[in-house]
Amino acid sequence: MPKHELVLLKNMMQPGYTGSLADYEKTGGYQALRNALTKLAPTDVTATVMKSGLRGRGGAGFPTGVKWGFLPKDYQGPRYLCCNADESEPGTFKDRQLMERDPHQVLEGIVLACYAIGAQSAYIYIRGEMVLGSKILEHAIGEARAAGYIGQNIFGTGVTVDVWVHRGAGAYICGEETALLESLEGKRGLPRVKPPFPATHGLYNKPTVVNNVETLANLPHILSRGPEWFASIGSPPKSTGTRVFCVSGHVKRPGNYELPMGVTVRDLVFEHAGGMRSDKPMKAFIPGGASAPFLTPSHLDVKLDFESVAAAGSMLGSGGVTVMEEGTSMVWAALRLMEFFYHESCGKCSPCREGSSWLVQTMRRIMAKRGQMQDLETLTDLCKNIAGRTVCAFGDAEVAPIMSTLKHWRHEYVTLIQEAEAANLIRPESVGTRH
Amino acid sequence: MTGNERETINGMTLSEKYKDEIAEILSRYPVKRSALIPLLYLAQREPGYITEAAMTEIAGLLKLTPPQVYETATFYTMLNLKKVGTHHIQVCKSLMCALVGSDTVIGWIKTKLGIAPGETTADGLFTLTAVECLAACGTAPMMQINDDYYERLTEEKVEKILADLR
Ligand SMILES: NC(=O)C1=CN([C@@H]2O[C@H](COP(=O)(O)OP(=O)(O)OC[C@H]3O[C@@H](n4cnc5c(N)ncnc54)[C@H](O)[C@@H]3O)[C@@H](O)[C@H]2O)C=CC1
Ligand SMILES: Cc1cc2nc3c(=O)[nH]c(=O)nc-3n(C[C@H](O)[C@H](O)[C@H](O)COP(=O)(O)O)c2cc1C
Ligand code: SF4
Ligand code: FES
Repeated sequence: MPKHELVLLKNMMQPGYTGSLADYEKTGGYQALRNALTKLAPTDVTATVMKSGLRGRGGAGFPTGVKWGFLPKDYQGPRYLCCNADESEPGTFKDRQLMERDPHQVLEGIVLACYAIGAQSAYIYIRGEMVLGSKILEHAIGEARAAGYIGQNIFGTGVTVDVWVHRGAGAYICGEETALLESLEGKRGLPRVKPPFPATHGLYNKPTVVNNVETLANLPHILSRGPEWFASIGSPPKSTGTRVFCVSGHVKRPGNYELPMGVTVRDLVFEHAGGMRSDKPMKAFIPGGASAPFLTPSHLDVKLDFESVAAAGSMLGSGGVTVMEEGTSMVWAALRLMEFFYHESCGKCSPCREGSSWLVQTMRRIMAKRGQMQDLETLTDLCKNIAGRTVCAFGDAEVAPIMSTLKHWRHEYVTLIQEAEAANLIRPESVGTRH
Repeated sequence: MTGNERETINGMTLSEKYKDEIAEILSRYPVKRSALIPLLYLAQREPGYITEAAMTEIAGLLKLTPPQVYETATFYTMLNLKKVGTHHIQVCKSLMCALVGSDTVIGWIKTKLGIAPGETTADGLFTLTAVECLAACGTAPMMQINDDYYERLTEEKVEKILADLR
């Protein structure tokens, strides 16, 4: 196993580490914040983050420092930071661990980001189901406030940052940043049309940065160890730092593995996650959460960085790697994900709202052996008419499982349909009732 | 409106019952409406669901119309507008859990409690729901019961958890 240093998961892996303020301070916690607030200008913090090459861990991989730089410089009114802790992408479970096991690492990142962008208020939008996580964060905020790391006049510098936990209430779409903002404003979580981006028109129409939990948790380390250190990890220059990969499915040791970006799928699955759980070989994997197209074992040597996974025809996305063994029906797997997307479409735009309903019905029909060959064309047409024609990226995501399984395992669809047709030859009366 | 518009929790309005908590929630946001979901959670805390009376009261508190409150409340799956069982069992059925046996878990619960997803036991103790990914795919199969996660489920574990709740 190649040697590599843990960054984000390091503290929590120490025996006896509780995530309390005292424990976090013992590891050097809040020193980066003290140093930044007392010695650096906000623009220096942004410049450091830009130089580190840090890119958003929420999935889209937008350069964090560049995003901060988009906030209007001369704007006098309030600005906001929202920590995106909605983590709802099937296959993704890293933010939950980061928040529950080392909450102060996230909080220090939040206050650093607020300082850089000049925000006095931050909201942690955490998915409603994570009751434990929200309690842990609230407790940690209390500790940090009492210690003077959050609140007014931090370190006597006159800087004020307040942080609140805001619980979502069960809606996947609220992870999309503009839906998150709508939800935080007390409305239904319907995405807004971008542009304008939150950087200029965000929470309450004010300049706002939305950053993922893992993105923010990286900040204390970048500030204390320097951008060159960070940029030397992973696949520089474009995919720097580590990634907390969430491994699930048919492996021996599912769980979170923090590794330098650019590790191969083969290493992640076979070295770190213990390989396949039984003697069945791997049949398929998803490299970046439910929104990322399926890949095959021929892609095992693909490097898990933004560019390499994209070049292989998928997406690094949220870092959720799901492994499936031989014997898994790919039509069934795609249908499971389609059921998810159908359930979670917010209904704002018709291609997604209507399309997801058609897709799920067609898929259910094929799976139930009531499909026809022309259903495959219907699926392809529907997908083409959804992707790229919707308000938010959910539209592109929902077609990924079907498009990619049709590409690599079309024969499985065909077999199910042929079986349906054969059954119909024996039972012609069923034709009339089919739709 | 469902008959009794003055329906309250133990005869008290939300503002009487949670005066300080409401004030604290309102203080977090520069715009009142942001307090809507937190207040709906508050309304749900004791009865387990949100009454019409509570929604009307919250509308008044936030200077919204009742339909504005209703529109938000109906969007989110965790805000209940109907009574659910004392123990709300939510089994994740998304792909990653399904790969390692969540359908079997639902089967066990079905046999043990005699209810299918979407149903509540006659004594009102348990409601079973099949839900989408709860960010615990690395410790699948899993379920959530009220606020708590139960992970790496086995038949014996499920049996014990249900027995302990009875
Ligand atoms: N972590 C999770 O649970 C999930 C993650 N995702 C991921 O989300 C991704 C899509 O996210 P989106 O926010 O739609 O991507 P996006 O590309 O629209 O935006 C990415 C970030 O960069 C900012 N940005 C981009 N261009 C900008 C500009 N010109 N000016 C100012 N700011 C700009 C956006 O505001 C946003 O914060 C997918 O790639 C998917 O991997 C999707 C579902 C769930
Ligand atoms: C449908 C959808 C769901 C999303 N869900 C999440 C999420 O749960 N967590 C997250 O951090 N980003 C999510 N995103 C991405 C956010 O819109 C946004 O890009 C991200 O929060 C920006 O933070 P980052 O730059 O630090 O990654 C989602 C995007 C889409 C289109
Ligand atoms: S693409 Fe789907 S989820 Fe996104 S805004 Fe349109 S209907 Fe809503
Ligand atoms: S798929 Fe079940 S918790 Fe993620």
